[in-house]
Amino acid sequence: MGYEPQADFGTPASRASGTVTLTIDGYDVTVAAGTTVMRAAAEAGLAIPKLCATDSLKQFGSCRLCLVEIDGVRGTPASCTLPVAEGMAVRTRSDQVDRLRRNVMELYLTDHPADCTACAEGDCEVAAMAATVGLEAIRYAPGENHLCEDIDRSNPYFDFDPAKCIVCSRCVRACDEVQGTFALTIDGRGFASKVSAGLPSDDFLTSECVSCGACVQACPTGALQERTVKELGMPESATVTTCGYCGVGCTFRAEMKGEQLIRMVPWKDGKANRGHSCVKGRFAWGYANHKERILNPMVRASIDEPWREVSWEEALAHAASELKRIQATYGRLSIGGITSSRCTNEETFLVQKLVRAGFSNNNVDTCARVCHSPTGYGLKTTFGTSAGTQDFDSVDQADVVMVIGANPTDGHPVFASRLKQRLRQGAKLIVADPRRIDLVRAPHIEAAYHLPLRPGTNVAVLTAMAHVIVTEGLADEAFIRDRCDWNEYREWAEFVGDPRHSPEALAPVTLVEPDALRGAARLYATGGNAAIYYGLGVTEHSQGSSTVMAIANLAMATGNIGKPGVGVNPLRGQNNVQGSCDMGSFPHELSGYRHISDASLRRMFEDDWGVPLDPEPGLRINNMLDAAVDGVFKALYIQGEDILQSDPNTKHVAAGLAAMECVIVHDLFLNETANYAHIFLPGSTFLEKNGTFTNAERRIQPVRRVMTPLNGFEDWEVTQELANALGLGWSYTHPSQIMDEIARLTPTFAGVSFAKLDELGSVQWPCNDAMPEGTPVMHINGFVRGKGRFVVTDYIPTDEKTGPRFPLLLTTGRILSQYNVGAQTRRTANTVWHPEDLLEIHPHDAEERGLREGDWARLASRAGETTLRVTVTDRVAPGVVYTTFHHPATQANVVTTEYSDWATSCPEYKVTAVQVSPSNGPSDWQESYEALTEQSRRIAGVEAAE
Amino acid sequence: MSYTLDRLVYTVNQIARNLAREHDPEAAVADHVAKFWDPRMRTLMFDHLAAGGKGLDPLAKAALRRLASARIGGLDAG
Repeated sequence: MGYEPQADFGTPASRASGTVTLTIDGYDVTVAAGTTVMRAAAEAGLAIPKLCATDSLKQFGSCRLCLVEIDGVRGTPASCTLPVAEGMAVRTRSDQVDRLRRNVMELYLTDHPADCTACAEGDCEVAAMAATVGLEAIRYAPGENHLCEDIDRSNPYFDFDPAKCIVCSRCVRACDEVQGTFALTIDGRGFASKVSAGLPSDDFLTSECVSCGACVQACPTGALQERTVKELGMPESATVTTCGYCGVGCTFRAEMKGEQLIRMVPWKDGKANRGHSCVKGRFAWGYANHKERILNPMVRASIDEPWREVSWEEALAHAASELKRIQATYGRLSIGGITSSRCTNEETFLVQKLVRAGFSNNNVDTCARVCHSPTGYGLKTTFGTSAGTQDFDSVDQADVVMVIGANPTDGHPVFASRLKQRLRQGAKLIVADPRRIDLVRAPHIEAAYHLPLRPGTNVAVLTAMAHVIVTEGLADEAFIRDRCDWNEYREWAEFVGDPRHSPEALAPVTLVEPDALRGAARLYATGGNAAIYYGLGVTEHSQGSSTVMAIANLAMATGNIGKPGVGVNPLRGQNNVQGSCDMGSFPHELSGYRHISDASLRRMFEDDWGVPLDPEPGLRINNMLDAAVDGVFKALYIQGEDILQSDPNTKHVAAGLAAMECVIVHDLFLNETANYAHIFLPGSTFLEKNGTFTNAERRIQPVRRVMTPLNGFEDWEVTQELANALGLGWSYTHPSQIMDEIARLTPTFAGVSFAKLDELGSVQWPCNDAMPEGTPVMHINGFVRGKGRFVVTDYIPTDEKTGPRFPLLLTTGRILSQYNVGAQTRRTANTVWHPEDLLEIHPHDAEERGLREGDWARLASRAGETTLRVTVTDRVAPGVVYTTFHHPATQANVVTTEYSDWATSCPEYKVTAVQVSPSNGPSDWQESYEALTEQSRRIAGVEAAE
Repeated sequence: MSYTLDRLVYTVNQIARNLAREHDPEAAVADHVAKFWDPRMRTLMFDHLAAGGKGLDPLAKAALRRLASARIGGLDAG
């Protein structure tokens, strides 16, 4: 398998309907109307030389290398800006064209290093184009040039070498058009023109550059080049796989040199990311080879002891023995497992199967418990299925976008870029968020409405919006009568229409200015295709499920369901949150969201698996921990989740784990949870395994093994060995067989197979006989449940109240460069952007407390306290503070409480009453925890990693 | 009350408050508990109910009573 760069057709594909036929170099070529001559030629296999053109960017017409001749047209127009016309006759070569191209290239080469390493390695198009146009020598004597300018090495992942830059603007245009950050510009004029990041005093690191890599990908020369390519050389092969970070599910070409990953390049044909990437997926994969990875299984009798490395056989036999002993001693229900939203569908399916078929109970849960479980509940109740309604392409047809409780530029950056593209085209934006997130005002984007609601009042805000829609006659009654239960709508309309739900009446609760709320509601209802995108700011509340249902109500009431450009779109946090939920990871349901109490369903699984299944729902994660503290839950197998850092009320989590007799952690690193573990099973990274991930748009995408697992096994193999140590006799030899089983047992996956994924690249479930190539938009002709269900969602304030002791509201979130608990990103150079969690506090609140930028502060709630540095900003409203949870040294979840969503137990991370006060340094908890961690990570006979 | 019992009482009350506008809220709460709570949690609540149900809201209490009687009748299949 040799290395071939991705095809580049020079200019974007035309979206126009109809075709045009022309001749190029005598060949008849038929292309979509609106296609450029350059692209038409490329599609016909007649590549025209180019430097400033690339098909991810609009045509620019700068380099003058793509000149062509057209019969009946004077001169030599640039093919990149020339649209095709019926009957047009194009000549891509002639003496005149060849001469002009050679002259152009000759000028470029006068200011390009003769010893350009990127040219030599094939990562710089300058030399290649010089050869293509037949340039053999430069006639000009050396003159003024840029060859001695300093290289900007400030970014940890790529360098900018002005000597190699041809000022084609591809990087600037990529930053503008694709990423939408507008961090780069061409500074100066004429010979003085140069690419500049931010102000003249800035370098790439200090500028507004977000290191998405779009500029590096767009650069036709070696001016912007990955550090790894410089250090390790060009890749020799490429395999398309799916990113292991957020729920956008970007697909990348893992470009390899043997088993060495050289770079991750976003795949242009990826249907989720359309060739774009963010700093995490593009660059932050170094954790895969981090020295702290644990590669050998380990055991210990008690958490006070150092770890002891053992063979896989010994570790698995010990694990099985302990699980059996504990069940024999404490009962069948005394053990359980947690599946991972970072692992593949196949691995997740096996863990839940292990619990149900091997542990003989339903004590299985997943990290979606603490993020999007309310999405599952709310959308199943209202629409009939637990998933978002659209594909990401849908945003291109949205006229109004409402973002509530999400911060896409940080949490889902590649989708944010697509959203920003649509907003720059004129779509209107509504943001409902306590913070002034970046989307509220970004280059060339300004939200029509920002509703800075008080944390915890989502339901009240949505009810007030519904009030406006109903009382002002803005509801789509035809849609409702056709598609929804009319009587339920009437009840709901009567409820929301009550004057006590008007924006004015609820303003004292929501703190949202009523006119703005009315304006937002009118815009959503009347602005054309209106789409709602939401995140954990919706779900992680005591009324998370109610908020999801309130969102669904709004979409149904306005007819914004069942077509492109609209819908209810949960932005999933981790790469496979959707998939882990689909696979039956919740304790009450089997794959495909079917309740365990259904006897005929159980029988189908029992027949397939050859074991009886427990008809009763099992324990959720929080219930497992409670039961552990009660002394009746004694063992837990945790694959790829760090519940000690990610789950709320850390002290309670620690108490639950400490009360167990056997905690098995299956992970890449000795994470925080492993401090309380007795058996450690090394995990494999997404680069080391085969399988599938399902992203936020229900898209099932291949994950491909590009290197041998450093620990020796893919994670599904480890789970299988554990199952077999328990006597289950599994014999999968490839994850495709697991997917076949999933398809056999799950109607929405009935048409999914690895062969189909290889053929189509990806499919969105439902994928079955009715929709053999998947379902980009759901509920087109009817809801999955039949009639859409309006649910009355009464606003019930959280019991987490501010008061004299804890007068501020803490809300938590994530930042662009870090991911979840940071286990992966903290072990990459991404720490340069976010070395510690900071507490955002409004200037008024900071001044009242005598806090200045960078000061240490004590953050205390009734659950616990921690210390961290403050950053003073009016992004947060007075009375609200905000922090991230990426660093174990901060342990933000020491502070969060046990309050949770009423329906799903999803923790209320977004609302904690706190006090902030000056501090001198780490809290007692932090100091004792650090000591515990140090002690807990000792490995007998192995020197501690730094 | 133990931490767990305290949490369960709080949670079932929370469920009751959020399902109070259903057509048959008592059935809705009972159904929710049957569908999502494991047997031990339900048993803890039934025992607590039998001991007087301290802290339980009236709707939660009625729903649990209904669920308990269904269990006795062998109908607690969720």
